[in-house]
Amino acid sequence: MAHDDGGGPGTPILEIRDLVKHFPLTRGVLFRKQVGAVKAVDGVSFDLHQGETLGIVGESGCGKSTVARLLVGLERPTSGQIRYRGEDISTLSARALRAVRRNIQMVFQDPYTSLNPRMTVGDIIGEPYEIHPEAAPKRDRRRKVQELLEVVGLNPEFIHRYPHQFSGGQRQRIGIARGLALRPEIIVADEPVSALDVSVQAQVVNLLEELQREFALSYVFIAHDLSVVRHISDRVAVMYLGRLAETGTQEQIYDHPTHPYTQALLSAVPVPDPDARTHRDRILLAGDVPSPANPPSGCRFRTRCWKARQLCADVVPPLDVPGEFRGTASPAGHASACHFAEERHVVPSE
Amino acid sequence: MTNEDARSAGAGTALLDVRDLRVEFRTRDGVAKAVNGVSYRVAPGQTLAVLGESGSGKSVTAQAVMGILDSPPGRVTGGEVVFQGRDLLTLRKDERRRVRGAKMAMIFQDALSALNPVLSVGAQLGEMFQVHEGMSRKDARGRAVELMERVGIPAARERVNDYPHQFSGGMRQRIMIAMALALGPDLIIADEPTTALDVTVQAQVMDLLAELQRELTMGLILITHDLGVVADVADTIAVMYAGRIVETAPVHQLYRAPAHPYTRGLLDSVPRLDQKGRRLYAIKGLPPSLTAIPPGCPFHPRCPLAQDICRTDPPPLYEAGPGRASACHFWKETLDGAR
Repeated sequence: MAHDDGGGPGTPILEIRDLVKHFPLTRGVLFRKQVGAVKAVDGVSFDLHQGETLGIVGESGCGKSTVARLLVGLERPTSGQIRYRGEDISTLSARALRAVRRNIQMVFQDPYTSLNPRMTVGDIIGEPYEIHPEAAPKRDRRRKVQELLEVVGLNPEFIHRYPHQFSGGQRQRIGIARGLALRPEIIVADEPVSALDVSVQAQVVNLLEELQREFALSYVFIAHDLSVVRHISDRVAVMYLGRLAETGTQEQIYDHPTHPYTQALLSAVPVPDPDARTHRDRILLAGDVPSPANPPSGCRFRTRCWKARQLCADVVPPLDVPGEFRGTASPAGHASACHFAEERHVVPSE
Repeated sequence: MTNEDARSAGAGTALLDVRDLRVEFRTRDGVAKAVNGVSYRVAPGQTLAVLGESGSGKSVTAQAVMGILDSPPGRVTGGEVVFQGRDLLTLRKDERRRVRGAKMAMIFQDALSALNPVLSVGAQLGEMFQVHEGMSRKDARGRAVELMERVGIPAARERVNDYPHQFSGGMRQRIMIAMALALGPDLIIADEPTTALDVTVQAQVMDLLAELQRELTMGLILITHDLGVVADVADTIAVMYAGRIVETAPVHQLYRAPAHPYTRGLLDSVPRLDQKGRRLYAIKGLPPSLTAIPPGCPFHPRCPLAQDICRTDPPPLYEAGPGRASACHFWKETLDGAR
């Protein structure tokens, strides 16, 4: 099987196989005719292990948010499997899916629009109990909500306040408390800190790490900020135009990247060190990301890649450990979907 | 003139000299003191980064300098904005308008809302030359194509009649840079110019901006929250907090040894690309509301070094070495602690 992402030990809690999500493009009002499809996610496979954080990075339009929505059941996949503890949940009935989804909760990016402004904080955090009444009997709910407020570092007396009375960072804590209400095993966080200021972002990142230790949570952490992802992730998957370009441990991806896209991405991140200006290996990519409605044949990155040859247009490179590293202990020996995978250091070391 | 000469020459001949600028906003909750005595200078060919979090007053300061402050509710209540020897705040409206656009131009974060959606980019670029230089429509269109080529828009001749929404985010940002450059300004103010862009595109746009600035020896004020972008392009930095500048320094010195606890906290709280972090340092609490800025040093409720004096006496900008200043009573201790 062309799937080896060097995952941690034990059986994965979540196994994603060949996940595909196409959004139909239609023309006409009365007789809507499908004229194509946006291939938002187009064959993605990875594992998530108990207690680990898998970071998914990529630029806008790469499909990372669609992956998040598929994982928590907000979208149904076009094809492929999402196996939770061995059971494929992508084909479950709505009722059966609801039971499973207790264990997979989501934290959203925007703390300003993801909380209902007309609901009190208590109602927002307690709302999951309305949908899953078996999780907490009615008389316990208020106490549970207050506990949750305390867990995320907010005053339990704030239970009757409204979202507008809180700052962005506090609102994100409310969103996290809501995500924790059902005691899930997995939290899928889509850009959970990108709307926050630096000083507040650090508080929320630390909170997520504490909660992970305390409740043995597994995270899928989706973000475009490569520094935050390195900080919080055990393993990292790099996504480009609906597919995974490279997967590995955070060290393999950041210190030993072998896919040209990963290398370009990492080399473009500004680092807070003016001394790095002169000695950095910068790879400037030409052009923009192609449209996911009409992706290039073969390797999707080839239209912007400096290594591209005929082979790249003809053959889709599998996400696999490059031949010369297979079976070796080299840190470059991790899955990379490139015909010409080769290690290159692009992150300045101290 | 090289960048280096420009910088050393800049000490005497400031292009822009902002002195003790103050801006207030009337809000439902009272008067918000957005800018509380900000002073900075920019020399020709120099890049000044103004770094701050939301609500720090970094954008409002720039809007007051440009003369595009929403007023009311905003109002400049004091200070001077001396640009090429003239205080812009004393100019008549029409005189001010002539300076803006021709001599100083601004680049915004969101190109899609800054460009006119119903005019082609060629028409918008050309309009600058027609209005300011009395050029014919045809000549102006030719200049528009040249400008688009200059900022790296492929197939400029074919795309000159396209509308803003037909361009990608990075390309739109290039068009906005082209508009800012059109009349050959001496100063560019860029407010979070790459924040909305993806990282690979961000690098392209920042490189373009830095290259043009070097080539045309313009002054550049870069307003950002991103410590990484600042480290890449700035010569000097002004860090803002609660409407004040809390620290200014040449870029290398500020990153190596900050002289203000807020700067230090910011630097320690960013995750690093080059290391798997330990626990991040988090500045406790939240920035103050601008309608109720704490007495004394506005940072004292969040500061690990705060003493009694910090709660009562607002710190002046102490000179903290050559070209450096810090608004902290304990700048020396902070500097020593960082070394």
